Amino acid sequence: MGEPMPLWGVLLLPIGLLLLGYGAAAWSAMLTARAGGAPASAAASAPARETARLLVEQRRTIPGADTVLWRLGGAAVPVAAILSVLVLPVAGRSAADLSVGVVWFNAMEVLIWVAVWTVGWGADSVWGLVGAYRFLVQGLAYALPHMFALTTAALGAGSLRVSDIVQAQEGVWFAALMPVAFGVYLLSAMAMAYWGPFDQAVARDLAGGAGAELAGVDRLVFRAGRYLMLTAAAAMAVPLFLGGGAGPLLPEWTWTVLKAAAVLALLVWLGHRLPTVRMDRFTEVGWVVLIPATLLQALVVAIFALVV
Amino acid sequence: MVQAVVFAICAAASVAAGIAVFRVDSMARATLALLASFVLAAITLLLLDLSYLGVLVILMMTMEMMIMIVFMVMYMMNPAGLMPMTMVHNNRGALAISIGVFAVLAAGIFIVPWPDTRPGTPADPTLQLAEAIMGSKMLVMMVVGMVLFATMVATTVLSTDRGRYDRYGDDLRRSRPDDPIRGGAGR
Repeated sequence: MGEPMPLWGVLLLPIGLLLLGYGAAAWSAMLTARAGGAPASAAASAPARETARLLVEQRRTIPGADTVLWRLGGAAVPVAAILSVLVLPVAGRSAADLSVGVVWFNAMEVLIWVAVWTVGWGADSVWGLVGAYRFLVQGLAYALPHMFALTTAALGAGSLRVSDIVQAQEGVWFAALMPVAFGVYLLSAMAMAYWGPFDQAVARDLAGGAGAELAGVDRLVFRAGRYLMLTAAAAMAVPLFLGGGAGPLLPEWTWTVLKAAAVLALLVWLGHRLPTVRMDRFTEVGWVVLIPATLLQALVVAIFALVV
Repeated sequence: MVQAVVFAICAAASVAAGIAVFRVDSMARATLALLASFVLAAITLLLLDLSYLGVLVILMMTMEMMIMIVFMVMYMMNPAGLMPMTMVHNNRGALAISIGVFAVLAAGIFIVPWPDTRPGTPADPTLQLAEAIMGSKMLVMMVVGMVLFATMVATTVLSTDRGRYDRYGDDLRRSRPDDPIRGGAGR
């Protein structure tokens, strides 16, 4: 149980998340530019230019829309991402080192379900609605393997407190001790941010799916929220599986940021490399392959924890 | 003092959200109002230092409401759900039942002999609560759990229109099942 984070640290946390999220967006834009044969370096500022464009663009109003839910849903995406990293330890301190930190992270990240469904529903658009339902199906596919992966990390440390999980990795990182759980966590991190192979909820075949009707600042908040969620999930992989801030020479917080950035870069790159997976196919993989695999991993870790 | 204020706000807001469930005219709003009510109730659990239970209620209720909304919209007479609808039926009967239930629960508050000596919060209230509820009744709980699970499986088996003979052929000899939607595991 570490000391509480100073107030400036708590204020800095969302800013750091935003900076990393911008890096993810820029890296994604660079990958797109390179695939299209354009110079990648110019694409680094693409998210900033897109942000400026969206800020001056008119918000869309739709006659039949449930505007309250529509706007609330979009705003809930970044809020869920920021709330979920409150338990993230940086340099041994987190904004709230809850005794049930892992469950808190899980609960906040599930708010994404509400957010995406509400955005899709509220717009009174068939594309949005189909995208919203797609995300719920995908949620059912990834949620259980994801929870078992989180449980396995907690099991390895014998605690739901994130700082205890970091401490338990002083000898060997959980990524090495429980590779299946780590792999499933990375998969579900992409799925919860509807990123990469799991982006059918906002796919191009639905003209943008859940976010189809968003324009202007609403679209900006929704898209930024998605990058924040991906960043939050990547950052939580560091205390859960990658030994937290442990590393030579550099100070602890640098290692946390470096590792989070590395995981994030990997996830963004994977999202560009892998073809989109239909969520009905992924559901069978999730339930027939990933759940038994994560349960077996949990069993192995439980026996290991008993013996060692 | 802070605790009492937070509790009062959460209790009042939770009831207000509960009332909103029956006042709004769209299924989506009703479901989200119900979710808000549950989350506010969960915060009162957090006030009791039952952090695991409180956060778990938020987690489970969020997922549960999002699954529920799919079915609620699906089974509604007006499938779009955005058109005006109402959650209230049998107004008089419902009113009588709800006033009766409220009276019984409120009476319970005054009749139950609450312990008023304060031995201080136990080190792990969640553990204490679990032992109080489950300690001597673990066997019953486990049997109930198995019965619930068996019910779920049986309901699914009874309600599906495609059984193993449809999938694997009349002699169950087909090596790959014949499914209308192929799954990702190649079956």
